[in-house]
Amino acid sequence: MVTIQLETLGARYGRRLLLEDVTTPAFKGGDMVAVIGPNAAGKSTLFKRVAGLLWGPGKVHVEGALRGRNGICYMPQDTSANAVLTVYESVLLARKQGAGWSVGDDDLACIDETMEALGISDIAFRNIGELSGGQRQLASLAQTLVREPEILLMDEPTSALDLSRQVEVLGLMQGLARARGMIVLVALHDLNHALRFCDQTMVVANGRLIACGPSSDIVTPALLREVYHVDARIEPCSRGIGHVIVDGVAAERRTFAPPTAKTSIRNPDRENRKCGEMAAQAS
Amino acid sequence: MASDRAAATALDTDGGRGHYRALVWRRQLILAGLGAALLFSLCVDLALGPARYGLGEVVQGLFAPDTVSQQVRVVLWEIRMPVALMAVVVGAALSVAGAQMQTILNNPLASPFTLGISAAASFGAALALAFGVVLIPAAIEYVVPINAFVMAMLAALLIHMLSVKRGVTVETIVLLGIALVFTFNALLSLVQFLSSAEALAAVVFWTMGSLTKATWPKLGLTTLVLLAVLPVFARRAWALTALRLGEDKAASFGIKVSRLRLETLMMVSLLAAIPVAFVGTIGFIGLVGPHIARMIIGEDQRFFLPASALSGALILSASSVVSKLLIPGTIFPIGIVTSLIGIPFFISLILSSARRSW
Repeated sequence: MVTIQLETLGARYGRRLLLEDVTTPAFKGGDMVAVIGPNAAGKSTLFKRVAGLLWGPGKVHVEGALRGRNGICYMPQDTSANAVLTVYESVLLARKQGAGWSVGDDDLACIDETMEALGISDIAFRNIGELSGGQRQLASLAQTLVREPEILLMDEPTSALDLSRQVEVLGLMQGLARARGMIVLVALHDLNHALRFCDQTMVVANGRLIACGPSSDIVTPALLREVYHVDARIEPCSRGIGHVIVDGVAAERRTFAPPTAKTSIRNPDRENRKCGEMAAQAS
Repeated sequence: MASDRAAATALDTDGGRGHYRALVWRRQLILAGLGAALLFSLCVDLALGPARYGLGEVVQGLFAPDTVSQQVRVVLWEIRMPVALMAVVVGAALSVAGAQMQTILNNPLASPFTLGISAAASFGAALALAFGVVLIPAAIEYVVPINAFVMAMLAALLIHMLSVKRGVTVETIVLLGIALVFTFNALLSLVQFLSSAEALAAVVFWTMGSLTKATWPKLGLTTLVLLAVLPVFARRAWALTALRLGEDKAASFGIKVSRLRLETLMMVSLLAAIPVAFVGTIGFIGLVGPHIARMIIGEDQRFFLPASALSGALILSASSVVSKLLIPGTIFPIGIVTSLIGIPFFISLILSSARRSW
């Protein structure tokens, strides 16, 4: 079974140290791990460092048989592309990287299955430049999945999806992780998804690992206040899964001043007058 | 819309596999069509000249040389064939160079001509023609192409170095390319100003671009460069196609993006410099060829690469035909013809940016 463990991992961009001293326990095949943290905390940097796209101190210990270059796959956050390629071709080229020109039936079958599972067969032969943000994200996910990775790093894979698609996609990933013995690390902003789908949660802030452990132990009101500066509660939903309910931004870290009469751009008196005029005209 | 319905039907029946196979088949047909058109243009090019021959006579002269008169045989094989084939090979080389520049720089306006690589090569060659400057010692007949290649390489390296800098956008690279064009054109003018009247005439005629300078050895070397570079690009077809999905995405596929870009740029310099060194500055093929290929066949490099080569070869071969037809008995410098064809296309490309496929 494949395992991955990070040891004092850091990442540099030029002279700047963007990530430092990230050490985690070993994650094993079948685990789904959420990576959470505020904007610019270092989540993408961590993924790029693990995928070998950035250099830095520390080590990534990987054990278990890896299938060539597809051992660790990274799905980047940016999915925009304007190439004259259909979705099907873009998924095919992801699968064929490093391989010969010929395309076998097994390649096409794998693409068909993956696109069917993600519900994007209907856009298979549309140009990728014409897709909506959500469709692009699903196409990008298909490109990653057809490479049949053993360790998958997904950078905010559901940020452009509607609510039901978010749940469907993360449910699918959870199922695939279990079925294929794959480790999935997924950067998320919706902490409810972390609680619902992820066995473990890593919290990254200011380029450091703040906490790591079972999701229900990590996502607590105290952590939400410390990392996200919000007053929040965790309450069980009808299915008994913890859900985050945010009561408000903690007063001491409010970025925007609350609107006052002076800052309001709306003029209620004028609006009431207009409504009155319109009602009179209608009658 | 009809193709959408066909796609939907194919998807209903076999989940996209059949539709993909049909797409591949259609693209192979398009490539075959381009090849046939090129062959036809080549035959017309061979038939035209001070003495005009019928197409039948040309085909006979090509496939059964013993059945035509010695005069026809000499004109076809010794005089016209190197020139006509040079148009094909140079067109293919410049178009492939443009296609790969557009791919690695992710820029629809990139081509050896618009980014200053051709201008740099012209300057390098002019140094040798006017002053006998030798940048790398070599046999006398190869000094001009080597000078052209060295300068083209320097310009390409400069573009590459700036394109990988942080914060450099696509627009910056285009502006930089325009700056390089002006710089090398100014240097070329300086060379012309300082050179003797005899050398000036050679440089000026040479910068116009003319296929009449073609000979079998020059054709052989240009073909060799093209044949050496094409398989390298072909082997990297999947990786080069992936570059168009964005740098992050390509890197996530395990592609060493910087290395791929640099190596491709080096090969592009070679592809752009050698034709310029032998036949002078021929503009717009590197811009127009890839755009036509992209429009008719998409950007899967397995098809895009041969389509770019074929469309570039076809455009230059057809331009060669036009250059002979403009004023009967006179052969126009082909660089003038390609630019006159290319400029309207370039303008339409800019004006249609709102609905362009890029």
